[in-house]
Amino acid sequence: MLWISKAYAGSSSMPPQASTMAADVDYLFWFLIAISTIASVLVIGGMLWFLFKYKRKSDNDKTAYITHNHLAEFLWSFIPLVLFMVCFVWGWKVFHDLRTAPENAYEVYVKAKKWAWDFEYNTGVVSPGELVVPIGKPIKLLMTSEDVLHSFYVPSFRIKQDVVPGRYTAAWFEATKLGEFQIFCTEFCGLNHSGMLAKVKVVTPEAFEAYLDGKKIEKLTPLQLGEKIYKTRNCNGCHSLKPNEVIVGPTFYGLYGKEREFNKASSVVADENYIIESINNPNAKIVKGFNANQMPAFEGQLSEEELRGVIEFIKAQK
Amino acid sequence: MGAEGSNYLNHEKGLWSWLTTLDHKRIGIMYFITIMTFFLIGGIFALGIRLELFSVGKTIMDAGTYNRFMTFHGAIMVFMVIVPGIPAILGNFFLPLQIGAQDVAFPRLNLLSWYMLMLGAAVSFSSLIWGGVDTGWTFYTPYSIEAEGGVITMVLGVFIMGMSSVLTGLNFIVTVHKLRCPGMTMTKMPLFIWGLYSTAILQVLATPVVGITVLLLAVERILGVGIFDPALGGDPVLFQHFFWFYSHPAVYIMIIPAMGIISEIITCYSRKTIFGYTAIAYSSLAIAGVSFFVWGHHMFVSGQSTAAGVIFSLLTMLVGVPTAIKTFNWVATMYKGSIRFDAPMLYAIGFLFVFTIGGVTGIMLATAGMDVHFHDTYFVVAHFHYVMVGGTLMALMGGIYYWFPKMFGKIASDTLGRWSFVLVFCGFNVTFFPQFILGSMGMPRRYFDYLPEYESLNRISTMGSWAIGLGFLLVLISVIKGLKSGEVAGNNPWQAKTLEWDTQSPPIHENFKEIPTVTGGPYEYR
Repeated sequence: MLWISKAYAGSSSMPPQASTMAADVDYLFWFLIAISTIASVLVIGGMLWFLFKYKRKSDNDKTAYITHNHLAEFLWSFIPLVLFMVCFVWGWKVFHDLRTAPENAYEVYVKAKKWAWDFEYNTGVVSPGELVVPIGKPIKLLMTSEDVLHSFYVPSFRIKQDVVPGRYTAAWFEATKLGEFQIFCTEFCGLNHSGMLAKVKVVTPEAFEAYLDGKKIEKLTPLQLGEKIYKTRNCNGCHSLKPNEVIVGPTFYGLYGKEREFNKASSVVADENYIIESINNPNAKIVKGFNANQMPAFEGQLSEEELRGVIEFIKAQK
Repeated sequence: MGAEGSNYLNHEKGLWSWLTTLDHKRIGIMYFITIMTFFLIGGIFALGIRLELFSVGKTIMDAGTYNRFMTFHGAIMVFMVIVPGIPAILGNFFLPLQIGAQDVAFPRLNLLSWYMLMLGAAVSFSSLIWGGVDTGWTFYTPYSIEAEGGVITMVLGVFIMGMSSVLTGLNFIVTVHKLRCPGMTMTKMPLFIWGLYSTAILQVLATPVVGITVLLLAVERILGVGIFDPALGGDPVLFQHFFWFYSHPAVYIMIIPAMGIISEIITCYSRKTIFGYTAIAYSSLAIAGVSFFVWGHHMFVSGQSTAAGVIFSLLTMLVGVPTAIKTFNWVATMYKGSIRFDAPMLYAIGFLFVFTIGGVTGIMLATAGMDVHFHDTYFVVAHFHYVMVGGTLMALMGGIYYWFPKMFGKIASDTLGRWSFVLVFCGFNVTFFPQFILGSMGMPRRYFDYLPEYESLNRISTMGSWAIGLGFLLVLISVIKGLKSGEVAGNNPWQAKTLEWDTQSPPIHENFKEIPTVTGGPYEYR
């Protein structure tokens, strides 16, 4: 039963608030929960009371013949209508605020593709899988997709917006907490939909300036860099680190130095050049038992330094 | 068996006599058998989904298989079970009986609709040969255009099943208008008939739109015509507008007949006339009417404009009013009644309990600013299962237990029926209530895998699904037991007042020896 108690240890309703809009959405949430609970208790409670009170006593019970009551019917039409209109107007206000970015918002371009997120800044910095933003400044995301529908969702910011190929959609937020927050894809986009994850990293304005100047926020060793790429570029969605586990592609466990057998070509030992080829042009050699066209080509997307990091990371999986 | 020994079951003999029958009662039984088989298949997919989600990571199947399970569960349950379910099974059997008619207006069309459903289902299932379908039952473009597998056969099957639905609806509308027995004015019809009538209007007007939509999808896939795919100059959001223009009214195709059953059961087991007959009857029509103008509430974050979102939010709130009115009327009907707790009544009470929660969470989702957070999370999954499973399916179970004596002349075991209710009701809430919490916490739907913090609630949910499975298994056992060795039912075991209880159980081939004449309302419990 440990796992039951664990569920209620953390947040068991709305996620932690980390944007200026989160509190507004949560006030609405708790209002809706409150009136929903009162309404449900009245209806279900009333029903249970009648069930108890008017339980059949004998087969000859006389029942009242009541066909209607105008006052009651007016009240239970009018009161719900008023409550629904309150919900509507309040929801309208929050919806409007969620969708109207402030004039001075800082723009970041978001490119979604199966199954990864790229974030592009006007300075030319491209950040795959990690949206780095300064705290306390409104950020407007201009989003498009390279292939199918995706949806950009950050629970802690209470924002969600579908990302549609062939057009730009927008979302905005102003982060109020430093730290890392989860990004989900919430529009079904195929095989690895649930693995299309990314992070928002909220940093101080100074760290953000430094980031845009191309300086690293942290200095990573090649192995750490490889691990970060493995997570942020969603290698982990398809390639396991456990022996023999197949998610979509082959596992990285014990891969380095192993003899690989292919569907067409002869076998090759998995060395540095094989790994680089498999990243840049995955369809060149398909390992026996796997299908082609499952992985996007990374040609030109990873720097030499990053490729070296991935190789070091794969080497370490043994 | 009836006193005379002759009834619709033994009127003719042999499989061929069933496959060529024009008797609405026999066609109803054929729907009963086939739709319950589809329900079993869809249920097995559901249990598979829940089992896979028991633990983080891969549990019993890989992501590709999971996505196919999720698609087939949705498509089977929507297009083959819940949409045709109540109208085709109980509607076919009881619509002519309740209005004192000998059959539906177009018996041959009625048989054709059954064959269309079979053909459509066969074509849909044949997509398994082409590698299955993994798009989800909503077939959103452009994914459904480029996805591998049998998308074309699946949507063509949906198209054909849609035709079946249109024909059933057309048949019911004409039957209600032309074949009511003498004295039965529209306002003396049982409320189940009002539900079927409102549903039939939706079936006839909305279903062609989904037919056209899936046909356009097939045209785009086969011929490469750019309608929805932006790479060909199309608009993917247009598909969503088309799809929900049908599929939102379809939600009411699923629930309005269920509401009709609840009205019948509650009056009967409270031995009391329905409270607010007119309000319930016209609220069915009102729901049906407004439901055509609310489809955009599925699309608040789709890229549709803010103004459109606000208008759809307002219109959606308006659907809540007639729905609330119905609920209050049912509870008021119990007031000063004489209530018995047989299995059908337990299912009706369960319906009211679960439907209330499904209703209030519907209002939460209609609140535009709130929906941005909830959209495409487990909150939505929980909400529509509360309405569709807790609402429609529980009403269907209640209806089956209620009318079983009339359909087969025997009584299904009440003890087994009550136990099935306990398992279904408890299992249902254990399965789906945690999903509201998961959704609030932000867990997206259609996820093969999830973050570790969602695991414990997913485990509770999966365990609940086993109880639901057992509950429905008990229903099946009680139906088979009832058929084999059920106690012989009289013509009117529940002392109900509507016309179907006046004739013999099971009814004779012609339904009534002579066409009845009606003088009073349908629920004259005095």
